[in-house]
Amino acid sequence: MGRTLKFDIFRYNPEEPASQPRMQAFTLDETENMTLFIALNRLREEQDPGLIFDFCCRAGICGSCGMVVNGRPRLACQTKTKDLPETITLLPLPVFKLIGDLSVDTGVWFREMYQKTESWIHTTKEFDHTKEEERMDNAVAEQIYELERCVECGCCIAACGTARMRDDFLGAAALNRVARFVVDPRDQRTDKEYFEIIGNDYGIFGCMGLLACEDICPKNLPLQNQLGFLRRKMGITAIKQFLGK
Amino acid sequence: MYTHTSDLLVIGAGLAGERVAVESALAGFDVVCLSIVPARRSHSSAAQGGMQAAIGNCAMGEGDNTDVHFMDTVKGSDWGCDQEVARMFADTAPIEMRRLAHWGVPWNRVVPGKSFYFKGGEKFEKFEKPEKEGLITARSFGGTAKWRTCYTSDGTGHAVMCTMDNKCAELGITVLDRKEAISLIHDGEKCMGAVVRCLRTGKLEVYLAKATAICTGGYGRLYSATTNAVICDGAGNAIAQETGVVPIGNPESIQFHPTGIVPTDILVTEGCRGDGGTLLDVNEERFMHIYEPEKAELASRDVVARRMTEHMRAGHGVKSAYGEHLWLDIRHLGDKHISTKLREVDEICKNFLGVDARTQLIPVRPTQHYTMSGIRTDKTGAAYGLKGLYSAGESACWDMHGFNRLGGNSLAETVVAGGIIGKCIVEYLHGTETTYSTAVINAEVKRQQQRIDDLIAGRLGKENVYKVRAEMQEALMTGCFVFRNEKDLLTCIETLQGIYERSGRIGLVSNGLGANHEVAAALKLRGQVRLALGIAAGALARKESRGSHNREDFPARDDKNWLSRTLAYWPENADMPVLKYEDATPHFEIPPGDRGYGGGTIIQADPETIAAKTIKR
Repeated sequence: MGRTLKFDIFRYNPEEPASQPRMQAFTLDETENMTLFIALNRLREEQDPGLIFDFCCRAGICGSCGMVVNGRPRLACQTKTKDLPETITLLPLPVFKLIGDLSVDTGVWFREMYQKTESWIHTTKEFDHTKEEERMDNAVAEQIYELERCVECGCCIAACGTARMRDDFLGAAALNRVARFVVDPRDQRTDKEYFEIIGNDYGIFGCMGLLACEDICPKNLPLQNQLGFLRRKMGITAIKQFLGK
Repeated sequence: MYTHTSDLLVIGAGLAGERVAVESALAGFDVVCLSIVPARRSHSSAAQGGMQAAIGNCAMGEGDNTDVHFMDTVKGSDWGCDQEVARMFADTAPIEMRRLAHWGVPWNRVVPGKSFYFKGGEKFEKFEKPEKEGLITARSFGGTAKWRTCYTSDGTGHAVMCTMDNKCAELGITVLDRKEAISLIHDGEKCMGAVVRCLRTGKLEVYLAKATAICTGGYGRLYSATTNAVICDGAGNAIAQETGVVPIGNPESIQFHPTGIVPTDILVTEGCRGDGGTLLDVNEERFMHIYEPEKAELASRDVVARRMTEHMRAGHGVKSAYGEHLWLDIRHLGDKHISTKLREVDEICKNFLGVDARTQLIPVRPTQHYTMSGIRTDKTGAAYGLKGLYSAGESACWDMHGFNRLGGNSLAETVVAGGIIGKCIVEYLHGTETTYSTAVINAEVKRQQQRIDDLIAGRLGKENVYKVRAEMQEALMTGCFVFRNEKDLLTCIETLQGIYERSGRIGLVSNGLGANHEVAAALKLRGQVRLALGIAAGALARKESRGSHNREDFPARDDKNWLSRTLAYWPENADMPVLKYEDATPHFEIPPGDRGYGGGTIIQADPETIAAKTIKR
């Protein structure tokens, strides 16, 4: 402890006519158990109340605070300053629309993704409140939950080479979402129907396999496994379609 | 001015808000949900434990039914809840859990056969029946007679939130994020919608609706130490109270948790103490046994929080850059136990403190946790005072929690109440036509724009919003926390009155343009101080100890005089809340009795009055 931290922070406020994109330096005395959540709030409350950034749960469970910390997309709330050098460079996540400074619009991006992937259970069954629930194997329930752990922080999208080059690429978060419904026995969609959604260049075939999504995922989701799983499944579906089956 | 009209406006898109919205959309009404963050980031998603519902599928839940759940809820409330509401809640919860399963929640299911579980560090065996295989299972939670808490691994809130948000997407409900309601549009009798600040551009917008539902969660951020997300700042409650005609129910009813980590107050589970963890002071010595010789660290949540506060007040706290704290020691539980049974705690310590709990102490302090208090509604979720205004979830005082809330009942309340109240709103919408007064709308927009302009121009004064807010939080921490007494409450109120006056003289340091946080903080500060004054004034007036409300100078629970609910109104131009009271419950299914833990004497209510209000079976 006892360090004086130097923060280099990206500044740009699109709603301010005179604002120009630039880097701004701040200094702050480090305290015990400091995280970027503590540091950024102190900077805003004590030095520059105009600083724009997002936090919500500050406990690594909501995904609000994705940003590029010393070159790597991560959650600011679970980044401890003692694990960083004295100079800390903070940039907003790329790919997403910038709201201001370190804040980006993940909300709209993910909402569009729900629509594209039809992110809900497709079933013809009606709920009957007089009946016992339908049974499910516990192992399957746990498998679904493992795929549902994504917090939509956007780090995997920001780190993705394909997503940086083409804005229609669905990205790891969306493919993981599709996998969640593929393994769910309650969803009655066929492989052919999933193929319609992801069997193309902006779906599974756009991935270049650079693996950054999985490397940086703050929740350690096995994103490449899901992609591989879908690719095999969709490959088989494509061959079947080609053979007219 | 951007103006949007719909049948229902839902302010807050957490579990309660989205559940309400789904019910209206299913009935064919046009709904818009506003949220300050993307819906899935709502604080609902942080709840890990689970949802209570008397399904009774698992071995340890056998024999459970809605009567037992009702009884646990009423006892937990310390007889401060509305028993009619607690009954509706307990009866509906199992249906709602099954409905969630149908919609896509991956509830953990019964696995037949022999398995083990731990209780107080001891190992026990249980046997799950083969005929129950694959049905929704449950886990144990504090304060319940049976294992009743439905769960999805350690991420129940997150999993249910995903499903609910998917349901909204499926139904085509408009869910808009980065929108903050800053005032209600009303004529003193009817609510017409809200003035909303866009948190992308900073511009004002108007949302008009036949019905408005406030589902904005709790207001933990009125305290400096809270387990709540930074968005749980009471803004929804504040705009309702500001109307002058809508009261806050039981403002003094706030729950605290003994072990939030310092500095960020993320919760570490009570399981740490349950499994044999100890609390240490500045000298690294145990102290709980001095205050509670029998139970020591295993005393109930509120008792431990009080003793920790007492010990720190006696000068045994550890000083830090973030204020005083104590230590939680789980080193002696060993690597195997910590990395399996307390995995979550292990990860929290590593990720947020950089502490290895096997070799190092965990800094902890008592922390605000839950607001039983909220916008007072009747059993249909309709707010007192304004037609067309509703509230559900933690922001509401629907009042199934009374003076203490049981673990697993809060998350269950969001969807159960959301469903029940959603249906009541549908009925209201079917029977209502409305007109909007352009004069009222324009006046309200103008008033809000004026407030923003004044803040930016510094016309009101030069007070710093963050400093004034921090002083409000400290005033509540010092004078109205786990312990309350007349002297400290009087000082607290006096301090808060000074702060209230200063909250009217905020001037911005920044230029206030765009997605500016300083403007947002400044716009809600005055309402927050009103809520804070309500908490302190309600606590000062209530001369008894009930549930989480603990008066050192009135340690008994006084059913004779205080079997009541506080209603805190804020009339226009007032500088203190006006407190009124109503009966805690319209009738008793269970007459007041012992709460079962925490001790304390009870001043009995008049037996004839109780008998007259008790339902005969």
